[in-house]
This record gives sequence, C-alpha cells and structure tokens, in this order.
Amino acid sequence: MSNNTPPLTGYVRSDGRKGIRNYVVVAYLVECAHHVAREIAESFKGQPVHLIGFGGCYPNAYADRMMNRLCTHPNVGAALLLSLGCESFNRHKLEENIAASHRPVHTIVIQQTGGTRKSIAAGVEWVRQALREIEGVPRAPLTVEELVVGTVCGGSDATSGVSANPAVGRAFDLLVAQGAAAIFEETGEMIGLGGIMAARAVTPELGQELRQSVDKAAYYYRQMGHASFAPGNADGGLTTIEEKSIGAYCKSGDAPITGLIKPGDLPRKGGLYLLDVVPDGEPRFGFPNINDNAEIAELIACGSHLILFTTGRGSVVGSAISPVIKICANPQTYERMRDDMDVNAGKILRLEASVDDVGREIYRKVLEVASGDHSCSESLGHQEFVLTYKSFEPIGPHCLPV
Amino acid sequence: MPSPPASRKLLRIHKDDNVLIVVNPVQPGDRDLVDDHEIVITQRIDVGHKVAARLIRQGEKVYKCGVPIGSAREDIPAGAHVHLHNLMSDYIETYTLDKDRTYVK
Repeated sequence: MSNNTPPLTGYVRSDGRKGIRNYVVVAYLVECAHHVAREIAESFKGQPVHLIGFGGCYPNAYADRMMNRLCTHPNVGAALLLSLGCESFNRHKLEENIAASHRPVHTIVIQQTGGTRKSIAAGVEWVRQALREIEGVPRAPLTVEELVVGTVCGGSDATSGVSANPAVGRAFDLLVAQGAAAIFEETGEMIGLGGIMAARAVTPELGQELRQSVDKAAYYYRQMGHASFAPGNADGGLTTIEEKSIGAYCKSGDAPITGLIKPGDLPRKGGLYLLDVVPDGEPRFGFPNINDNAEIAELIACGSHLILFTTGRGSVVGSAISPVIKICANPQTYERMRDDMDVNAGKILRLEASVDDVGREIYRKVLEVASGDHSCSESLGHQEFVLTYKSFEPIGPHCLPV
Repeated sequence: MPSPPASRKLLRIHKDDNVLIVVNPVQPGDRDLVDDHEIVITQRIDVGHKVAARLIRQGEKVYKCGVPIGSAREDIPAGAHVHLHNLMSDYIETYTLDKDRTYVK
C-alpha cells in the first residue's frame, strides 16, 4: 500500500531525526513572560510560528525535560525563549541544548531588555530573521519507518469505542507493520485492563511493568477522588471508567507492545509503545493531565510527528508543534461539526464502511499530512498547548526490552 | 464487531455480554430480537447507551465487549436502561451533572 502514497520528505535535524514541519517556537519560561511571547507569535499569524511555554515560577524536572524535548522536536527549526528574568527555569541550559542541536536560538530577558514593548520588538525582529534562516534547512526523503505517531481520545461518547478508536487501532497496526513507532497513552483510561494489556507485551517483565502502570493509575485517580471521566461521557452513554477504558484501549490495535515510555522518552525503534502519563510517587500536583492538550504535549515530547485524535462528542482542539488529525466517531457529530473533522468514522455505525476501510483512510491521511497537507485543526489555526507540574521516576530496565 | 441490519435497534457486541448497545434511538414498547430473545424497551434511550439483555441481579457484574464494566446497584430487568442509576464502577465512582446541573455521584 506504500506504492500509492505520495513520497515524503523531511527536514533533516542534527540528531538524525526528520521533521514534517519547520516551525519557529516562541517559548515563555514563566507565566510573567506569556503576554510578550504571545504578542510576538501573533505578529506572525498564518506563518509557521508556534507559541508554547511553562507557567510555573518554581523549578520542576519534568517541565524542564518537556521544554527541552519540545524545543528540539524534529518539527521545530528554531526557538525564541522569553524569560522575565527572575523565574527559576534554567534558561541557560535550555538555550545551550537547543544551540547544541544546531538550531537558531535566542533568549530575551524582559527585565534586561527594558520591558514589554522593547522585548516584543526585539522578539519580532529575531523571529523574522529565524524564519529566513530555517528556509535553508536541508530536506531528504522520509520513510514511514521514521515516523512517530501518537494517539489520544477526547470528548468521548459510547460511539468512540466502536468506530473511531478501533479504526485508529487498525491504522496503528498498518503503521507498526511499516516500521513506524506508534504511541498510545492514558493509563487512567485502561483501568480494569492491565491483565489484557500485559498479555500483549513482548516480554513477561514488560507485561509486569504495563500491569503496574495501570495499578498506579487506578490508585492515583482514587486518591484524586475522580476518574478520567467527564459529564459528557455519561450523556453519551458511558457509565463507568472501566467501560470508557475498553473504548480507549482499542486505539492501540493488535500489535505486540514493544515498550513502556514516560513523557520525554523517545522510542528507540519502530513498534507499539504505551506512554505512562501518571506521575510516580504520592499524588502531589493534582490530576495527572488537566485536559487533552496536556496529553498531546507529552506525546509530542516523545517525538510524535503527528497526533490521531478520536472524538465522539466533538472536540475541536489542535496543538502547537505537531499536526492533530481529528477522527470523528459519531455520525451526528460529524454532520454538525464537519469543518473540524478530518475523518468520518461515524460511517462505520451507518454501515457505509468497515473498521478496516476507515483504518486505511486514517493511514492515508497520516501520509498526506506528513507530506505537508494541513489537517483541519491546523487550517483553522488551532495551536493549543498546556504544560503543568508533574513528577516522574525514570523508566525501569524492563520497559524497553529490545 | 458484528454489523446490525439498518432496522436493528439493539446490538450485542460480545457473546458474554449481559447488556446490549442501542444503535438506533428506541421508544417505550419498541421490540428487538437479539439471539432469539425478544427484548421489550421500557423507556426512550439514545444511541450508544446500554440496555439489559436479561435480568441482572444486584451485585452481579455487568459485561460489555466481554469485559466487566462494573456491578449492578440493584436488580435490573431485561429491556431496562443500564446507566449511572443502576450500575457502579468497581474502581472509581463516576461523577456527573444531574438534571438540575448539580455535580452528583
């Protein structure tokens, strides 16, 4: 099937990875620098300039790792950092790491630059130059094998688990068969399924790790007193977190599970990976992910070039850095919100297509968007981004067995 | 997943399931034949929601896709809507907004 698809080219980065986009990111390192960063980014509306950032003033190893991974993501060609000047984020180390990746990088410290107006002017000038500079980034053929694709669901209803999610599972099977890395996540939505998932692991030890990650999620959410479940899920016919989990889990397809990673870990090779998004240790900073975009940012920090987002109720979000492809599970939602939806998986419920048909359609859409076509959320200008406090231990020795 | 004919209202996803999925909206008095058992609907239920395939006893596990999705809070007669009022998670309680837009569990 790779014969009928357009040839892909990627932006070559110094670490050997290739990007499907070539963005300048404008990154604020504390909420106090957010406005200045936003003003700079908004001066380039419609151009490849994306806004990301971390709002906290206190240091956090997770947020630090996330920002480093995101600013050196293959879809990023250059980074402008915005610091107020007194926050604890290690801007020096971040700038050093980005420079070491041979990307243009510059830090504006608002207190040293003379305040808001001067910082915005300096930032706009720098981004203008950076855009010109990254036009010269070399391009080279990109194979499906080099792609990393993440998946997430949001605004789920009872149709998600019978149409869009199984169809993404089929697309994942096709991608993994072609040697791509595919990442599924949200262990808080695998509650009750630890044993079923463990049986798919490539080694028994990895199976044990997968099972423990689900136990950890069940404990964590119990401490929070609330499962990963919103009122709209119940309106759509879902009753319990176990039921929602069955639907969410289908997105992983049928391939063996190659590894378990945590936010910021990069898959070493092709295969299917579970991203464990639930913090380690006693709950400290609240819910594991405050919304869908926090999960998307973590999939991107693991190298995802693009994101497959399934929705039944009808989510509209996109993301900074990596395109989001929207797969709509519910045919009524699709008719109401079709401008926001790339793929209509609702036709499975209308018996107009099989799960396999839609799986192949999603796979083709991945290749089209990887070759430069804009997804709906991208065309509509969605660039949501969220990063909050979390804490993780490094993954154990059995998590990446091969 | 077996495909329902267009006229079908209810779908059993897995042979071990004791709930059926509503695939076309149903009204009180609607009937459908599932695996040779006639199910009579007692209320209006939207697509995606669940209906008891047989009498489910209080405390019994409810199965969908062949996997337990919680336990019955009370006896649930065949054909009744299975949702928050009569099904509870075995792991974490479900919170939602009620008719008065109040947060309840």
